[in-house]
Amino acid sequence: MMTGIIAAALVVGCVGIILGFFLGISGEKFKVEVDPREEAILDVLPGNNCGGCGYAGCSGLAAAIAKGEAPVGQCPVGGDPVAEKVGEIMGVSAGASVKKVAFVKCAGTCEKAKQDYDYTGVEDCAAMAFVPNGGPKTCNYGCLGFGSCVKACPFDAIHIVDGIAKVDEKVCKACGKCVAACPKHLIELVPYEAVHLVQCSSKDKGKDVMNACSIGCIGCHLCEKNCPSDAIHVVDNVAYIDQEKCTGCGICAEKCPKKIIL
Amino acid sequence: MSTLAELVLIAVGSAIVNNVVLSQFLGICPFLGVSKKTETAAGMGGAVIFVITIASFITGLIYKFVLANPFLMSKGIDLTYLKTIVFILVIASLVQFVEMFLKKKMPALYKSLGVYLPLITTNCAVLGVALNCVTYEYNLLEGVVYGFSTAVGFFIAIVLMAGIREKIEYNDIPKTFKGTAIVLVTACLMSIAFMGFSGMI
Repeated sequence: MMTGIIAAALVVGCVGIILGFFLGISGEKFKVEVDPREEAILDVLPGNNCGGCGYAGCSGLAAAIAKGEAPVGQCPVGGDPVAEKVGEIMGVSAGASVKKVAFVKCAGTCEKAKQDYDYTGVEDCAAMAFVPNGGPKTCNYGCLGFGSCVKACPFDAIHIVDGIAKVDEKVCKACGKCVAACPKHLIELVPYEAVHLVQCSSKDKGKDVMNACSIGCIGCHLCEKNCPSDAIHVVDNVAYIDQEKCTGCGICAEKCPKKIIL
Repeated sequence: MSTLAELVLIAVGSAIVNNVVLSQFLGICPFLGVSKKTETAAGMGGAVIFVITIASFITGLIYKFVLANPFLMSKGIDLTYLKTIVFILVIASLVQFVEMFLKKKMPALYKSLGVYLPLITTNCAVLGVALNCVTYEYNLLEGVVYGFSTAVGFFIAIVLMAGIREKIEYNDIPKTFKGTAIVLVTACLMSIAFMGFSGMI
């Protein structure tokens, strides 16, 4: 009786101790060196795993930064504060990165843009490729207002207001999800400080734009001619402002006959 | 020594006829939990094959040379009743070791097995196979073949289930049956279907 109990305790105890030693030794032997900086960076990153940086989640970016493959300011969500902390860990200065924000290049709200017909189908922008005339809006370039960008936004920063997508600049983290989601390619990341922006993307000729929408760029070149710093150009019948050259003088906004420049 | 015919019989019997999930009802939790997508199901199935095959070999060794060794038996001390607790210990540390080893030596395989490897640590199917080997009095080779084919049976079941679940997504299921309920009903029907194999051996 007693020997049985002792033998059982001995066997189980020995098996446990041997396995423990074995695991401990192999743990040392098969140790994979993880860069301690990688874990430190991961702690600093926001942890949303939004993928806005182009890597598979925050851990992917942390590994890339630790290896020196990605700049310390790669995280679009964290912006400067995170870049600074990551820079401290990596021992490099972050440099000034420009805080960006998503901007929808269309202002054709319900009362301003004409509709060809009423649409009551699937509420999805990408599905508009299959309905007549690319959607109910007369303008083929404007915001469809079915909210594919709203669904894509992980931060609840973009909403459909008056039939067009509107970005909440304070909440937007410039992760770029909506930019990728918009089938009309209307959304662009612009500097947060940008003063003047063109609110139209229509490449149609002036007359067609006038027929379709009361707030469309007609490609009149007035802004281009009046810009003192050569920052605004009309390409494919639509004005585009080079934010690096723009000084924010506001002459273009003043001259624009359709008042589409903010 | 067992003949090839016996081994084939064990393999077919444990993989299809006595399917580990659908007729022995072991390993139900990964079967229900990780069968939403075919790829992840295949990953889980692969990891289970990998672990069970090694585990049935190691537990076979432990049983033969530690718990039922001739020396203790001759002294009249029978420790085979300790098999459950010792096997749990051995399997848990084995999975830990395999994880470490793969992480260092085969990072590609480690990445593809991913989170499924540690999930198997306390899977009842693994323990069930080890204990069944003892119950059926298999030798080492038979035990390994039994373990491997049982795991293949698990792989078949979970991949089939994942395929069905992917299709179920598009069906109009009453609200009360959505989620785990319909999955259990499906598992039940699959189990009945697998009963059709029972006359084979």
